[in-house]
Amino acid sequence: MYDAIKDRVTELLSTGEIKGFLALKSENGHIIPHLYVSPEEIDQLSIGDGGTEGDGRYPLAKILTMLLKNHAGERFGILVRGCDQRALKALAAWNQIDLERVVPIGVSCTEERATACACALPYPDEWLEGEQVAPEDPRPVEWEEKGPPQRLELWRAEFEKCIKCYGCRNICPMCFCKECSLESADVVTKGEIPPDLPMFHLVRALHMIGRCVDCGLCEEACPANIPLRALYKKVNDIVETRFQFRSGIDQKEQSPLHKIVEPPAAI
Amino acid sequence: MDYKTVLTTCAYCGCGCGLCLEVLDGRLIGTLPSKTNPINEGKLCVKGWNIHEFVQHPDRITKPLIRKNGALVEASWDEALDFTVSRLKEIKEDHGSDSIAFLASAKVTNEENYLIMKFARAAVGTNNVDHCARL
Ligand code: SF4
Ligand code: SF4
Ligand code: SF4
Repeated sequence: MYDAIKDRVTELLSTGEIKGFLALKSENGHIIPHLYVSPEEIDQLSIGDGGTEGDGRYPLAKILTMLLKNHAGERFGILVRGCDQRALKALAAWNQIDLERVVPIGVSCTEERATACACALPYPDEWLEGEQVAPEDPRPVEWEEKGPPQRLELWRAEFEKCIKCYGCRNICPMCFCKECSLESADVVTKGEIPPDLPMFHLVRALHMIGRCVDCGLCEEACPANIPLRALYKKVNDIVETRFQFRSGIDQKEQSPLHKIVEPPAAI
Repeated sequence: MDYKTVLTTCAYCGCGCGLCLEVLDGRLIGTLPSKTNPINEGKLCVKGWNIHEFVQHPDRITKPLIRKNGALVEASWDEALDFTVSRLKEIKEDHGSDSIAFLASAKVTNEENYLIMKFARAAVGTNNVDHCARL
């Protein structure tokens, strides 16, 4: 399986073009992230098929950021789905990584995966595995249909379930700050759950402007099943409509909020 | 250069969440929830997310300590075990078996918890066995 990827990685590793290939590996029936450093081990390659295709997704772009920082000057290959590639582009725009040192090896997601992820762009720029599928409308319409008072009430009920595990932040490829506002006593009271409502979740949502690449890893990691995706999708939607800005897609600058311009028309 | 993740089980409570310990060049640097583990399905609590931190922490106690004249002093395992045995015997003699209690742990295996229960009941003679979470 995945012969095209294996052949390409073997070539890249043998010629020394890359120092390692960051992807996934099957081990004892589980899928885990792994850095392949020699062609001999590439037979264990997995592209993340757990129960359903692609559900063994890990924050590979985040791991790569760490590898690039720890091994200055080296180049790495990385397995990318559409979301991973968007994360790489956004990370480059935020000066976290140098794309010259990254060789993406693409996988295009299946329709099943794209629907499960509510993904608008389920493929990277180029891919060696999979077919391009047309995703269904990925917007969280069920929230839009409700009026503001009802929405407020529902979000409050969702946020109250938060156990403040910080999983949403820890797994997010775009959360790279050295100091996190969500750990600042000025924003979030220490030692209390649920965290301050709705500060905790809205601070994070605002900080994702220009960053969130709509990968859905946060929602998958949330033990309280809070529909975080709907929140960040809404923020992304406002940013796109008002500023014509989408993170991870031809991203040239960090965030539209970093520019001093005329304010957009009232929302 | 070496980056790998080691699949293991969280040692903090009895749930048994699966996690991947991230190892970079021989150092433990992070934790990721196992996405394929049927118990936690890619999720962890705040303790699980930070479990890598205690392993190499400089404050971690790696040798037995005995309090002598008010200060904790490093001791050998033999000395520590002899001391524990003699004190347990003394306390049992002076105050009876039920003056002693045993706290088992979610961090160890079922078999080890069985052993501590057996030790409490058969060797010391008390039913005072509880879980560390009720300490
Ligand atoms: S978010 Fe999109 S690109 Fe990423 S795995 Fe899901 S469907 Fe694929
Ligand atoms: S979807 Fe969640 S994890 Fe992914 S980039 Fe956005 S906030 Fe981060
Ligand atoms: S992952 Fe869910 S429960 Fe954990 S901090 Fe984020 S919102 Fe709260």
